[in-house]
Amino acid sequence: MKIAPWIAIAAFGFAGAAVAQDDNTLNVEGETLLTETAAPAHMDSVDTIYSGWRFRSSETQALQTDDFDNPGMIFVDTAIEQWDKVDGSEGKACSSCHEDVADFAGLRTKLPRVDNGELVTMENLINECRTDRMGAEAWKWSKGKMTAMTALIGLQSRGMAMDVATEGEAAPFWEKGKELYYTRVGQLDMACSNCHEDNYGVMIRADHLSQGQINGFPTYRLKNAKLNSIHGRFKGCMKNIRATPFAEGGDEFKALELYLASRGQGLSVETPSVRN
Amino acid sequence: MELTRRKILAIGSGTVAFATLSGLPAFASLTDDAIAAFTGGAETGEGAITLTAPEIAENGNTVPIEVSAPGATEITLFAAGNPVPNVATFKFGPLSASRSASTRIRLATTQDVIAVAKMEDGSFQMTKANVKVTIGGCGG
Amino acid sequence: MASGVKPRVKVPKKAAAGETITIKTLISHKMESGQRKDDDGNVIPRSIINRFTADFNGENVIDVTLEPAISTNPYFQFEAIVPETGEFTFTWYDDDGDVYTESKSITVS
Repeated sequence: MKIAPWIAIAAFGFAGAAVAQDDNTLNVEGETLLTETAAPAHMDSVDTIYSGWRFRSSETQALQTDDFDNPGMIFVDTAIEQWDKVDGSEGKACSSCHEDVADFAGLRTKLPRVDNGELVTMENLINECRTDRMGAEAWKWSKGKMTAMTALIGLQSRGMAMDVATEGEAAPFWEKGKELYYTRVGQLDMACSNCHEDNYGVMIRADHLSQGQINGFPTYRLKNAKLNSIHGRFKGCMKNIRATPFAEGGDEFKALELYLASRGQGLSVETPSVRN
Repeated sequence: MELTRRKILAIGSGTVAFATLSGLPAFASLTDDAIAAFTGGAETGEGAITLTAPEIAENGNTVPIEVSAPGATEITLFAAGNPVPNVATFKFGPLSASRSASTRIRLATTQDVIAVAKMEDGSFQMTKANVKVTIGGCGG
Repeated sequence: MASGVKPRVKVPKKAAAGETITIKTLISHKMESGQRKDDDGNVIPRSIINRFTADFNGENVIDVTLEPAISTNPYFQFEAIVPETGEFTFTWYDDDGDVYTESKSITVS
């Protein structure tokens, strides 16, 4: 409810802009993505969840509506080349085992998930292939090759609803993530919730605070003109509140990723999204 | 004479005002020089050139702009508040359709973006658009 | 060669004779402006794409001079007239002397 006033203002304010476009409806290449839906039952103090796309200016929004205009797609192109590239001691490429990357449709909506008692993200799955099956070196969590590949694989699920498991063996990880979300840390003594639950839609300096949804990651940011990983963004947030960030790929961030994914249940995967 | 806090403030603000006054024309002339280099000092008209830019840019790193001047042979863009005002020059060849182009530019701060077109008859057209560049919320 | 430079071009596959078509181009390039400093305070030298051209069957469509104020991963959109079946050639010129090209053919019916 809280978001409604500024969305209305934004729509009004941009009504005269050159790009004739509805600021509330995201159409990508003819497909409509869901950027707003009822909050999942576990969220007590939020009624409606919104994609981060809804908090951006119409110019930034427009960049995501066309796959050619979306600069994140250049990196997807590099991952398509990488897909067929043989690497490591076993003489294999991704395509040696996975014939068509399109077979990964739906995977992004289910991650992170529990495999053999461990919480795993897409980065873990990719590196497991690289080290265990290809005999290649693991990629760094937020470096270019990894974010390009997570974008390519995530893209196969674009338009599908986020749908992570939070119960059963996932429950303890989810609980840990929730605890982290509400725990104040750093010199500024802030929790994720202070910005992204209590104050989304309001200004933080000259910027609009979003709900901190992760359905569009990895995301191309205008700020650094590259794809940004989920854990990389977490790290940025923690630095901003003057906290010592947890390690990318560590248990804390993986648990937080699961909890955040569950706060976006039902929103369309937008990978690779464009943000400021 | 005793230097009071008030006097120091007065001196300080006088210096700032002076710096501002002397700083502004210097900036303006950098862009004016660049425009003059393009037009050869000729007068510029307006009305036949359109520059579309956001009123507020969410991030100065990537500001989408579009320029259009039917009948132009060349359009050049300047950003008056950048360390170097020149941005890009579009020369339209025989197979160019509408004399328009879109690109994405960097703006260091809130400023005017200026477009100057050289028309087929050798005259010049000029327009400008003010773009406010915001500071990001977290860490800039 | 500057690392990771990859051009992308979007041109319709077909057009009517004399039709106006929209072309979009994008190339991955850091466009180092020469204004930034590294952690030790030394200026990072300028390294940009300084010119971009689009031609059709040897005739020019657009010739762009780029300055450091063009954003990372330079993007251009413009319109061309297609008189006949043929090939578009797109060329990007790097400060370091490298030249990147991409071609797209179009059929006029």
